Amino acid sequence: MPEEFFFYTKGMTVGYEGVPLIKNIEIKVKRGEILTLIGPNGAGKTTILRSLIRQLKPLGGVVYLDGKDMATLSGREIARRLSIVLTERIRPELVTCREVVETGRYPYTGRLGRLSAEDRRIVMEAMELVHVAELAGEDFARISDGQRQRVMLARALSQEPELIVLDEPTSFLDIRHKLEFLSVLQELSQKRKLSVILSLHELELAERVSDKLACIQKDRIDRFGTPEEIFVPGYIRQLYQIGTGAGEECSGTPELPPAKGRPEAFVFAGNGRGTPVYRSLQRQGRPFATGILWENDQDYPVARQLAAEVVAEPAFCRLRESSVARAKELMTSCKEIIFALKPESGGELYPELWELWEYGRQQGKV
Amino acid sequence: MIMRRTGCKVVFLLLIFLLAGLLAANICVGGVNIPLGEVLSFLQGKGENAVHKDIVFFIRFPRALAAAILGGALALSGYLLQTFFHNPIAGPFILGISSGAKLFVALTMVASLEMVRQPGAGWLIGAAFAGAMLSMAFVILMSGILGRMSMLIVSGVMIGYICSAVTDFVVAFADDADIVNLHNWSKGSFSGIGWEQVATMAIVVLTVSAGVFLLSKPIQAYQLGESYAQNLGLNVSWFRVGLVVFSSLLSACVTAFAGPVSFVGIAVPQLVKYLLGTTRPVLMIPACFLGGAVFCLFCDLLARMLLAPTELSISTVTAVFGAPVVLVIMVQRRRDA
Repeated sequence: MPEEFFFYTKGMTVGYEGVPLIKNIEIKVKRGEILTLIGPNGAGKTTILRSLIRQLKPLGGVVYLDGKDMATLSGREIARRLSIVLTERIRPELVTCREVVETGRYPYTGRLGRLSAEDRRIVMEAMELVHVAELAGEDFARISDGQRQRVMLARALSQEPELIVLDEPTSFLDIRHKLEFLSVLQELSQKRKLSVILSLHELELAERVSDKLACIQKDRIDRFGTPEEIFVPGYIRQLYQIGTGAGEECSGTPELPPAKGRPEAFVFAGNGRGTPVYRSLQRQGRPFATGILWENDQDYPVARQLAAEVVAEPAFCRLRESSVARAKELMTSCKEIIFALKPESGGELYPELWELWEYGRQQGKV
Repeated sequence: MIMRRTGCKVVFLLLIFLLAGLLAANICVGGVNIPLGEVLSFLQGKGENAVHKDIVFFIRFPRALAAAILGGALALSGYLLQTFFHNPIAGPFILGISSGAKLFVALTMVASLEMVRQPGAGWLIGAAFAGAMLSMAFVILMSGILGRMSMLIVSGVMIGYICSAVTDFVVAFADDADIVNLHNWSKGSFSGIGWEQVATMAIVVLTVSAGVFLLSKPIQAYQLGESYAQNLGLNVSWFRVGLVVFSSLLSACVTAFAGPVSFVGIAVPQLVKYLLGTTRPVLMIPACFLGGAVFCLFCDLLARMLLAPTELSISTVTAVFGAPVVLVIMVQRRRDA
């Protein structure tokens, strides 16, 4: 079985200065797979990554790269297969982006590091792949953080690795560049069978990009599996020990703690229109009730976390009379009614919604 | 955009031109001015003025060559230290490495005076190297403990003072007749260097410099920081040992022959870097050597000429030109940050 994994560890223990931090680490990656390490700050994601790439000596266990014990491979052999993108900021002076990327060819060039035409071609190709070709002649110290991060990825790619290890590569990027960055990784893993190991803080991104996830908690890898296995209700909350706040359990979208107390407002919601209203009320510290939502409505997960009461129906079911009655009751008791949407086409299928809408309007608390 | 290539060639041509010009000037100009034509005819084995011939061959020529070789060595030593500490104002003088070497050379000299024997050049270099390595070890230890680059410089300056104090103490114990000589040397000077010493320093400095040039590829990787360098297959610990040994050897060699010379190690690499517009080691290493040679020849010329017939110590002149460079660097870094 181990043969099919390109990179895996056996009983690895990591830590600093002989003090073990995380024991018995079993991480496995196939060719073309993306593995993401997630877990709270200080759980040891970086420590594990640094041990995998031999920046830190593992305190025990073996790391296998392409079936060989990494401790037996020379620096050059490893360099041709494994490259890295780290969080530490490098500040070389008077160096162009192209020259930074060119350092990736180090394991392939001769004694004085002269680049062949082939080396230059690979460097340009890597830069084009991550869309930084136009930065080639720019001073590396004078580009933005996001650009710098992509240049560092191009650098790692010009090393022609089979495995690339990235420590929180999206930290300095805005949302657009985060997505772009990860989509480049995904493309590489699919087309070039590049294996990727990275750590991420953004759970929603981790869920989308990863083939496998390793959840690191305190002294162990708590869970290792596919996103479907990891993003199950309740788990993320437990992993990050979110007590005060509420974790949206399936996708990991976090919400701040809800306002407590008797509902002051009733939000007539659905189709995702209610979510911004819920968050706005939460910011104002006003408790609210909402309805009537089907459980598969986009508003439902957020409503469950933020609303004092949710009037809900199981997915694909008709509205029950009791629900309508409860909604009316709430509308009457609340000081304000907010219509996040007007039931249009839904009105024909569910006359009750129309009725409720009309009822709310008559209350005059809109 | 960083524009270079053509610029680099111009810089190298300029440095070589300056080197040739200053070598000629250092040989021709002095208490007795000797025309260039006469010097050239001496070189061809012709020429009649025996006094002039002696001045050229036994005093000025070796002195000029020594200034060029040792200047190159200092600049390279500084460059290596800046690479090692990732700090632009590291240098053998400011980190106290020259002073450590000075102390050991002084001890060796005084000890051999007791034995009524002139110590050989090899002994002096050996002693200077031992002193340089000791100071270096101390500075590295301190940088590990303090972790801050500004504190690194402070600890270097401190060790410099300690070593200088002990050196003065040692010199005070030496015989009267030798004190003058020792005193001049401990201030830093290129005077009184003969051909034999030039040959020794040329062998040591040029060999080490060639070794440094062979390190240019790892140095480039190391500029990205240790983690990346290690991932690229560089054995970082050995590389660091190499940097320390090479830079200590170079500055030890300078101290053994010319005493401590300040600021060349910091100022020259910085100036060269801005001239070249790049920090590529393949270009920086030869350019630093040339730049150091030019700088020291220029300063030695001034040291001899400014208050002739009295000679200034070389450090006096190098400090005047070098210290402002350090200030400019600090201001500029402040602005960048």
